[in-house]
Amino acid sequence: MIYAIVFLPLVGFLIAGAFGPWIGARASEFVTTSLLMICAVLSWIVFFNVALGHDHGYAPIIGNWMTVGALKINWALRVDTLTAVMLVVVNTVSSLVHLYSIGYMHEDPDRPRFFAYLSLFTFAMLMLVTADNLVQMFFGWEGVGLASYLLIGFWYQKPSANAAAIKAFVVNRVGDFGFALGIFLVFQLTKSLTFDEVFAAVPGLEGEKILAFGLNVDALTLAAFLLFIGAMGKSAQFFLHTWLPDAMEGPTPVSALIHAATMVTAGVFMVARLSPIFEYAPAALAFVTIIGAVTAFFAATVGLVQNDIKRVIAYSTCSQLGYMFVAEGVGAYSLGIFHLFTHAFFKALLFLGAGSVIHAMHHEQDMRNMGGLRKDIPFTFAMMTIGTLALTGFPYTAGYFSKDGIIEAAFAAGEHHTTAMIGFISTVVAAGLTSYYSWRLVFMTFFGHRHAHEVAVNHSHDEPATKDDHAHSHDDHGHDDHGHHAPHESPLTMLIPLAVLAVGALGAGYVFEPDFAGHAYAEFWKGAIFTGEHNEILHEMHAIPAWAGYAPTAMMVLGFLVSLYVYVLKPGTAQALARAFPRLYRFLLNKWYFDELYDFLFVRPAFAIGRLFWKGVDGAIIDGLGPDGVAARVADGARFAVRLETGYVYHYAFAMLIGVAAVATYFIAGGLR
Amino acid sequence: MLTIGLTHYLVVAAILFTLGIAGIILNRKNIIVILMSVELILLSVNLNFVAFSQSLSDLTGQVFALFVLTVAAAEAAIGLAILVAFYRNRGTIAVEDINSLKG
Repeated sequence: MIYAIVFLPLVGFLIAGAFGPWIGARASEFVTTSLLMICAVLSWIVFFNVALGHDHGYAPIIGNWMTVGALKINWALRVDTLTAVMLVVVNTVSSLVHLYSIGYMHEDPDRPRFFAYLSLFTFAMLMLVTADNLVQMFFGWEGVGLASYLLIGFWYQKPSANAAAIKAFVVNRVGDFGFALGIFLVFQLTKSLTFDEVFAAVPGLEGEKILAFGLNVDALTLAAFLLFIGAMGKSAQFFLHTWLPDAMEGPTPVSALIHAATMVTAGVFMVARLSPIFEYAPAALAFVTIIGAVTAFFAATVGLVQNDIKRVIAYSTCSQLGYMFVAEGVGAYSLGIFHLFTHAFFKALLFLGAGSVIHAMHHEQDMRNMGGLRKDIPFTFAMMTIGTLALTGFPYTAGYFSKDGIIEAAFAAGEHHTTAMIGFISTVVAAGLTSYYSWRLVFMTFFGHRHAHEVAVNHSHDEPATKDDHAHSHDDHGHDDHGHHAPHESPLTMLIPLAVLAVGALGAGYVFEPDFAGHAYAEFWKGAIFTGEHNEILHEMHAIPAWAGYAPTAMMVLGFLVSLYVYVLKPGTAQALARAFPRLYRFLLNKWYFDELYDFLFVRPAFAIGRLFWKGVDGAIIDGLGPDGVAARVADGARFAVRLETGYVYHYAFAMLIGVAAVATYFIAGGLR
Repeated sequence: MLTIGLTHYLVVAAILFTLGIAGIILNRKNIIVILMSVELILLSVNLNFVAFSQSLSDLTGQVFALFVLTVAAAEAAIGLAILVAFYRNRGTIAVEDINSLKG
C-alpha cells in the first residue's frame, strides 16, 4: 500500500508530463487528480492502521541505491506514526489542491505541465517523509526544492516569477549546504546514515567533542545545528525567510500546497524525525527556540502592513512555522507536528480561499482594491472566516489546540530555560499580531466599500453572460482589461476543497488533540518521536498558571477588537497610524529591510566578484593573453605584411631583383671561399 | 687599334640589362615602357648568347638566340594584347593606377 501511495503521484507525473500534449489538458487533470485522490484515501487508511491502530512501523527496502565503503544506502519506505501524519497531510492537501486547480487554472494553456509539476512535487514530498535514511531524505528535500522552483516560475513569461523562482532556489541552497554538512558530520560520527542505526549510536556520543573551525565544539550540537540550518532554509525561518513571500509569484494553489501546507513544513518534520539527535543537543534546541521565536514575531509584524492578500498569508505561514520550531525547541516535538497538522488545514484553506477571492476579482491581489465582497462571494467569505478563526486560535477550532498548546509548552519550559521564556513572550505577542492581521485581511477584503464595486455593477449589465467563462489572460498583470467585471463565486471544483479543508480547520484540533499531545500520546506515536528521559514538557504544560493559559486567547480577542476598530468601526485609522509612525510603517512595509540588507551584503558583492572574474580575470587575463591576444598579434603581423603588398608591378620587380642579387651574391661569395 | 673582344660585348649586354631593369623599377609613367624594358633585357641576354657562341665556336648559342627572339616576339604580342584589354576595362595604362594586387 505504501508503494502505491508513494509512486502513484510519480505515475501521474510521468503520464501528464510525458504525454500531456497528446492526451490533452482534461485527461491530464483527470489522471493526476484521481491518482492523488486514491493516494489520499490510502494515506488515511495507513494513518488509521499505523497511528490509531496497532500496526507497528515498518520500513520495506526497495533496493540498494549505493554502497561506497562503509556507506550503504538503501531505498526504503519507512512508515511510522510520524510518516503517517505527514502522508495524511501531504496527500489530503495535495489531492484537494489538484481538484481546486482544475477550477483555478481552467484558462491556462499549460495545464498538463502544471499538473505534472504538482504530482512531481507530491512524489518528492512523499519520498522525503517516507525516507529511512538521511540521504533519501535529502533526495526528497531537493526534489521538493526543484518542484517548488518549477512551480514558482510556472508563469515563466513573467520576469518577477523567474526572479522569485531563482531566489527561492538560491536561498534554499544556503540551507541545503548546512543540511549536507550535517549529514556528513552524522556519518562521520556514527558511520551510518540509516535512521535506526544513527539513533542507536547517538546516546553513546553524548559529550563527544569535535574540532571545527578551530573550536572544540560538542559534536552532536554541531550536527544538530547544521541540520537545523537546512530546516531553516526549507521552512523559511529568520535570516533565510526572504524567499517565501516572493514565492507568492507562483499560482495560488501552489502557494497553498507547497508554501503553506507541505514543503515549508519539511523542516519541522525533519527536526521531529531527528528528535533523537536534537534531544542530546540542548544548545541546538535553544537555538531552534530562539530562531522560531524571532521568526514568529518578525513575520507577524511584517504581516501587519502588507497589502497583497497572498503576502499577508505568506508572512502568516512564516510566523506559524516559527511557532512550530518554538514547540520543537522546548522539546514538545509532538506539539510542533500537531501544529503542522492543523496548520496545513487552515492555512491551505486560507490560501485557497484567497485564491478564490483573487479568482473572483479577476486576478486582483491588492487588498486595497477589494472590499465589500461578502455579498458577492458569500461561500468564500464563510470559508475564509473559518480559516481565520482557526488560525487565530478561536476556542475549539484547530488552531486553538495546537497553537495555544505551543504557547503553554513554551511557558512551562520557560521555568527552566530563559530561551523558552523568550519563545513564550514572542509567541504570545505574535498571537495578538496574528489575530490583528488575519482579521485585517478579512475586513479589508469582505467588509467596507469598494469604489470599483459600484462601477462594476453598472458595467456588468453590458455583458452579463461572459462573466464566468471569460477567457482572460492568466498572468496577474493582465487584469486591467477585465477589472470592470463583477466579482463572481468560484466554480464547484474550487469550493469543494474549501469545504473539506474547513471541516479539517474546525475539527482536526478537537479530534486529534488527545492523540498528538494528550493522554493517548504513547499509543499514538509508538516511539516515532523520541523524547529524553527528563523531557516532561507535555505534563508540565498542564500545570502552568491559569493566566498563562488564557494569555493567547486574550491576545486573540485583543487583536480582533483592534482590527475591528481600525478597519470596520472607524475606517481610516490605519492610514492615520501609518502617518503617525512613518518610520515604523516603512520599516515594516519593507520587511525590516531584509531584502535590501541581503542585496547589499550578498547580492551586490556576488555581482561585483562575478564582474571582477568576468571582466578582469577571464576577459583581461585569460582571453587577453590567450586566444584574443594571439589572434590580435597574428592580425598585427598580417597588417604589416599587407603593407608590403602595394600592388605596383615595379615594386615586385625590385623585390625580385634584390632577391636575385642576394642569391647571386651568396653563391659568388661561397664560390670565392 | 682596339680589337672588339668578348668583354666588350658582355659589357654592352650588361649595360643594356641594367637599363632594362632600371626601366622597370624607376618607370612611373607607362606600362608600355615596362614591356619595352622587358624586350631590352631579352635583347641583352640574346647578345650574351651570340657573343659566347662566337667566342666558344658553338652554334647552339646562336640557335638559342633565334628561339629567344621568337619567344620575345610572341611575348610582346601577348603583352600588348593584354594591355589593350586592360585599357578597355580600366581606361588607363598608367603604372600608378595598376595596383589591383594591393592587399
